[in-house]
Amino acid sequence: MTSTDAPAQVPLVDYLVLGDDPHLLAYECASCGARYFDRRNACAACFDTEFTRVRIPSEGVVRTFTIVAYAAPGIPVPFVSAVVDCDGTSVRGNLINVEADPDHVRLGMKVRLATYSLGTDDNGTEAIGFGFEPVES
Amino acid sequence: MSASDEIWILGINMTKFGKHPDLDVVDLGAEAIMGALADAGMTMRDVGILAAGNLMGGGGIGQQLQKQVGQTGIPVFNVSNACATGATALRTAIMAVKAGEVDVGLAVGVEKLAGAGLLGGGGKSKSDENVWEPKGRYGAVAPTDGRIGTDTMPGVFAQVGMEYLNDHTYGGEPFELFAKISQKNHSHSTLNPLAAYTKEMSLEQIMGDIMIAYPNTRPMCSANCDGAAAAVVVNGEKLKTLSLEQQRRAVKVSASVLTTDPWQEACQILPDVNTLTRNAAKQAYEQAGVGPDDLDLVELHDCFATAELVHYDNLMLCEEGGAVDFFESGAPWRDGRLPVNVSGGLQSKGHPISATGIANIWEVCQHVRGEGGPRQIEGAKVGLAHVIGLGSACGIHVLEKSAA
Repeated sequence: MTSTDAPAQVPLVDYLVLGDDPHLLAYECASCGARYFDRRNACAACFDTEFTRVRIPSEGVVRTFTIVAYAAPGIPVPFVSAVVDCDGTSVRGNLINVEADPDHVRLGMKVRLATYSLGTDDNGTEAIGFGFEPVES
Repeated sequence: MSASDEIWILGINMTKFGKHPDLDVVDLGAEAIMGALADAGMTMRDVGILAAGNLMGGGGIGQQLQKQVGQTGIPVFNVSNACATGATALRTAIMAVKAGEVDVGLAVGVEKLAGAGLLGGGGKSKSDENVWEPKGRYGAVAPTDGRIGTDTMPGVFAQVGMEYLNDHTYGGEPFELFAKISQKNHSHSTLNPLAAYTKEMSLEQIMGDIMIAYPNTRPMCSANCDGAAAAVVVNGEKLKTLSLEQQRRAVKVSASVLTTDPWQEACQILPDVNTLTRNAAKQAYEQAGVGPDDLDLVELHDCFATAELVHYDNLMLCEEGGAVDFFESGAPWRDGRLPVNVSGGLQSKGHPISATGIANIWEVCQHVRGEGGPRQIEGAKVGLAHVIGLGSACGIHVLEKSAA
C-alpha cells in the first residue's frame, strides 16, 4: 500500500541531508574527533565507542581527482571523481557542473556541495545525489 | 640469530605470464609448484606446509593443487589478501618455518585473469521494480560507483598519484610524467621473456592510447593476464644439510613483513596505500639490517603508473617528497642508480593478482643468483620486493645473495 504522505525526495545516501540547506553528516568520535560516513562499532583510530553526529562544511578544496573515461556498463562517462578537503574532513564525490577535462579541473580548486536529481521512481519519489561544483573566485 | 631462525628461498618459479587458454587455474598453479620444487631439489614429501592464494576461482585452491602434485596430508592454508595474496601466502609459509613447526614450507599464488576487464567497479544492478530503496551501510538508493567518485582501480590509483602531486607541489604536466614512468617499464619488459607484453612503447604511443582514468591510459594500467608463481622456503638448519649447490643458489630472506593500513583521516574514502608501505619498509630495513642505499634493485607494485611514483617515496628510495626528482634523475631505469621494475612491472609483465606477490620475489632472486640472463643487473646482491593489496595489505621481502 502506497502511503500518500511518502517523502517526495530521498537522498542517494543516508549521510546526505536534503532540504533548503543540503549538507553532509558524519559520525564523529566523541574522544578523538575522527569522522566516519558509516556506522562503526568502535572508533578505528582510538577504539572509543561514543559518537556524535556532525555537519561537514560544504565548501572545500580539491585534494586529488581523476577523470574516469572508462567505467562499468551503465555508468555515464566521462566523470570527475575527486577527494575534497572540507576544512579537515576528506569527502569523496564527483565534481559536477564543470567540463570533465584536465583544462577545467585542477588540484587545489575551490568547490562547494551541490545536489542534482537522479530521477523519479514508480512511486513518484525523486532521488537526489550530490557532488561538488567550482566556486567562482 | 641462529641458523634455525634464518629463512632461505631454496626454490622459486614463475610461469610465463599472459594468455593461457588451454590451462586452467590448477594447471598453472601446479606448473609453478613443480618448477619451484625442481628448483629446490625437493618433492612434496619434503614439504611440511602449503600456503596457497587465488582470488577469482572457486576456493580451496591449495587442496586442488595437492591433488595435482602430491597429497601428503600436510596442513593447507588458503589465503586471500587482494593483490598482496601471493606475498601473504609466502609470509604464511615463512611464519610456519620460523615458528619451528616445519623445516620446509611451500607457497603458491595463481590467477586466471586474461580478458577480465575493469576491476573493482560496477556494483549491483538495479532490481526490476523501479523504486528507490536504501541499501547497504550508506543507505544508498542507487549504485554509488560513478555517482560518488569511482570504485574502479585505474581511477582509485590515479587519485593516489595525483594526491602526491598535490601534497608535493609539481609544476610540470602530470600526464606526461606518469606516462614516462610507464615508458620505462615497457622498455624494461623487452628483456623479459616471461612478461605478458614485451613491446617497447614510445611516449607518444602511451599518451595516445585509450584513456581509462586520467592520467592513466591503457598501457599505464596493470595488464590482466594468467600466471602463477611458487616458492619453497627452508630454515638455516635445514639448508646446512643440503648440497653445496643448493646452498650456493639459496637466497636469504633477510626481511619478511606484512602490514595493514593504520587509521588515517582520509582512508575511509580513498584507500591509503602510503602509510602501510612506509611502515612495512621501515620494519623491513630494520629486520634486514640494510637501508635503501644498499639495494641493487627493487620490484615494486606499479599496478598503475600513478602508483609507482608514490612508492619511490614510501619505500624511501628518495628523500621525502622527492619522488619526481628521483624519477627524473633516471635512477629507476635499469642502467640507473637504483633500477626499479626491471621485470617490466605489472604494466607490462602483467598482474595475475595472486601470483604477483611471489613473481616479484622470483625476479629479485634471478638477479641475486646471477641468473637474470640478458636483463641481469650486474653484481646484484640485495633486492626488495613490494606488493600492495587494496583494502589494504602490504608485503615487503628483502632478498640477499647467499655467501656460500
